Amino acid sequence: MTNSASHDHAYVRDEMLSEMAPPPGETGLVHWLRDNMFSSVSNGLLTLVALYAIYAMLAAVLPWMVLGVWNAGSLSECREILAAKYGDTDYACWAVLSERWKQLLFGFYPQDLYWRPVLALVLLFVALAPLLFDHLPRKLLIFSALYPFVMYLLVWGGSVWVPLSVIAGFAIGYFASKIITPVAGGLAGTIALFLAPVIWWLFLAGPIAGLFEDIIPLSIEAVKSKTIGGFMISIVIGLSGIALSLPIGVVLALGRQSDLLIVKSICVGFIEFIRGVPLITLLFTASLLLQYFLPKGTNFDIVLRVIIMVTLFASAYMAEVIRGGLAALPRGQYEAADALGLTYWQAQKLIIMPQALKISIPGIVNTFIGLFKDTTLVIFIGIFDILGLTGAIRASTEWNGIYWELFIFVAVVFWVCCFSMSQYSQWLERKLRTDHV
Amino acid sequence: MTTLSDPHQDSFKLSQLIYDSRYRSMTIQAVALAAFVLALGWLVNNAVVNLAAAGKDFNFSFLSVRAGYDINQRLVEYSSDSDHLRAAYVGLLNTLLVAFMGCILATIVGVAAGVLRLSHNWITAKIMTVYVESFRNIPVLLWIIAFFAVLTESTPAPKAFRGAEPEATMWLNDAVAVTNRGTYIPAPVWGDGSWVVVVTFFLSLAAIVFFGRYAQKRFERTGLSLPTFRIKLAIFAVPAVLVFFVMGSPIGLEYPALKGFNFRGGFHVRNSLIALWLALSFYAGAFIAENVRAGILAVSKGQTEAAYALGLRPGKTMNLVVLPQALRVIIPPMISNYLNLTKNTSLAIAVGYMDLRATLGGITLNQTGRELEAMMMMMLIYLVISLCISSAMNVYNKSVMLKER
Repeated sequence: MTNSASHDHAYVRDEMLSEMAPPPGETGLVHWLRDNMFSSVSNGLLTLVALYAIYAMLAAVLPWMVLGVWNAGSLSECREILAAKYGDTDYACWAVLSERWKQLLFGFYPQDLYWRPVLALVLLFVALAPLLFDHLPRKLLIFSALYPFVMYLLVWGGSVWVPLSVIAGFAIGYFASKIITPVAGGLAGTIALFLAPVIWWLFLAGPIAGLFEDIIPLSIEAVKSKTIGGFMISIVIGLSGIALSLPIGVVLALGRQSDLLIVKSICVGFIEFIRGVPLITLLFTASLLLQYFLPKGTNFDIVLRVIIMVTLFASAYMAEVIRGGLAALPRGQYEAADALGLTYWQAQKLIIMPQALKISIPGIVNTFIGLFKDTTLVIFIGIFDILGLTGAIRASTEWNGIYWELFIFVAVVFWVCCFSMSQYSQWLERKLRTDHV
Repeated sequence: MTTLSDPHQDSFKLSQLIYDSRYRSMTIQAVALAAFVLALGWLVNNAVVNLAAAGKDFNFSFLSVRAGYDINQRLVEYSSDSDHLRAAYVGLLNTLLVAFMGCILATIVGVAAGVLRLSHNWITAKIMTVYVESFRNIPVLLWIIAFFAVLTESTPAPKAFRGAEPEATMWLNDAVAVTNRGTYIPAPVWGDGSWVVVVTFFLSLAAIVFFGRYAQKRFERTGLSLPTFRIKLAIFAVPAVLVFFVMGSPIGLEYPALKGFNFRGGFHVRNSLIALWLALSFYAGAFIAENVRAGILAVSKGQTEAAYALGLRPGKTMNLVVLPQALRVIIPPMISNYLNLTKNTSLAIAVGYMDLRATLGGITLNQTGRELEAMMMMMLIYLVISLCISSAMNVYNKSVMLKER
């Protein structure tokens, strides 16, 4: 029965043939090379030119880098070592990095206090984690909110009561609106929400912090602003700029989108003005002009002035990013909020902003990368950031005339930071993309 | 049925200003305007008080005072006897020069890199990825300084060109000398009748435009296409060359030559200008490359396939189907890249190129002590440049935008 069909034929295969290997040249390295590098004559020529360019580049740079000296006290000592070793001095002198890397990273910050900025940096990642990865517990956001004060305390030091009194301002605003709203209505509550903290910060916070400091002295060693420098200042300015500009950017973006003509024109004017002038003119404004526009006798820290200007600068760009997020939201979301009878602010808080901000995160990260790179411009107003310090190191007698080693170090530091951030933003973009391409 | 009637105007209560949505927006605007005016007034008042305290006034008469400083790289006549306004003008032209050349080079580099990054040639694509990622993730200021260091440190000094067996030689048949003091290129010498050649050249440019319109109309009318590119090329070159020889070669070139310790003659392009130009172009080029790549990827493959199915050749497919769609994606970020490049020219400060910031916002500001006036003027000029670029590019963007009806 089962063999009836096969009886009619001379031969029937009853087992599968094993797979044959593909013909030579269709797999493996040869195939890959033919496909990707030598698919046509012109392509082959391009490949050869590219390979030669890579070879020429590596031949020039690699020995210089690899055979460099890591231990020396000065450039002349370095050259002596190289001359003794290879007969000429055409090699890198990395010793400048092993001698001065701390200065490049921390500026003139007191050496025994290096642990403080390092701790601040570690805590930064803890604070950022719940913002960047949404599967972490939401309770961590409380720490993120407190982090700016922790960072200020760790970097600048001084009395613990100063940041605490600033935090107290927020609490006071919250309670003032809680108390006043039932008594005098929503509007008075909102006014109290903003007015109470301002009064507190302007007139009460300072004396009360001083009072507490007298009663219970709780402070760590204060560090002067002008000692902060190196790569640290880039992180401090970049982070403060981006964190402070986020709320301002949200307000500006909402203002630009609103139907209120005057509010809209003020916002558009501000955004276009800031985006139309180079950052360097704003920094010069901070160092030369700000004193004209503030009450006589006001003279505060240059780092703080720079942070204010950078914040204004970043908030204009942030507003455009968030406007993009708002525009990307489907019209139905706004209409649904209206249909539910939500007020403007309720709709913003519960429906629009959570979605718009989420869409904007990649743009926010890109703005941050741009701002972070732009912090190098502070050298022009006399703050020694990492690039400024390369000049300072070159000006010292030991390392006079050294260029590339320092530039490469700066480039690597920035590249690692910016590249990892851009990878994160691309990862997020892929994750947020809901279409199936 | 009076439920839909308007409330009586005479029953207006003050609380309606806040709780009635018809009046609330006006209230908010009035408050915002008042706050804005108050803040502005406060700033102006502070400025007036502070200026008075410093014994300064606010006027722009300093612009007509003798500047007294030299500008080493300039496009127009200028000497230290010229006034500050002239110096600012020279600086502005220098800024525009770098911005203009930078935008052109950045576009060329960016488009090439963006297209090559999508190339099937693996190694070329990887090299372009390395270029894009390294330029995008390192501050432009560092690139400017690095390019400047390369130009001043690794190029020969003028004296290296001296002697029978010189260490360095000039490029392009003794036309271009690259030295550590800058690059010397031939300068045009305008002889008698050279204006005829120039006018002819511009007339042929106009002719190209008219011919393009004519060819388009003819194509729409008859369906027959002309070899437009070759004809345009001929119109571009032939008349001007003919007139050039008919007039007896009125335009000559003055070659740089080594005299004494330095090169004389030709046009001296300083290293600061070259470094700034190259660094800004390659930096912006990396961003443009990403936009170009995204734009090409955004055109779905079905469009190309449909064009092939209609029998269009690859070149026509690119020109008529892919590029018009890709441009819509590419142009808006391109605008902001051009704007960024223009604003970044202010980093000329790092290499000592005499741009607007170095003249008006630098030496003039320091010499006259007019911080407020000089900075305001400088910001205003940058703002006008930015607005001009963005509006010009927006017009172009409108012309390539999807026509929605």
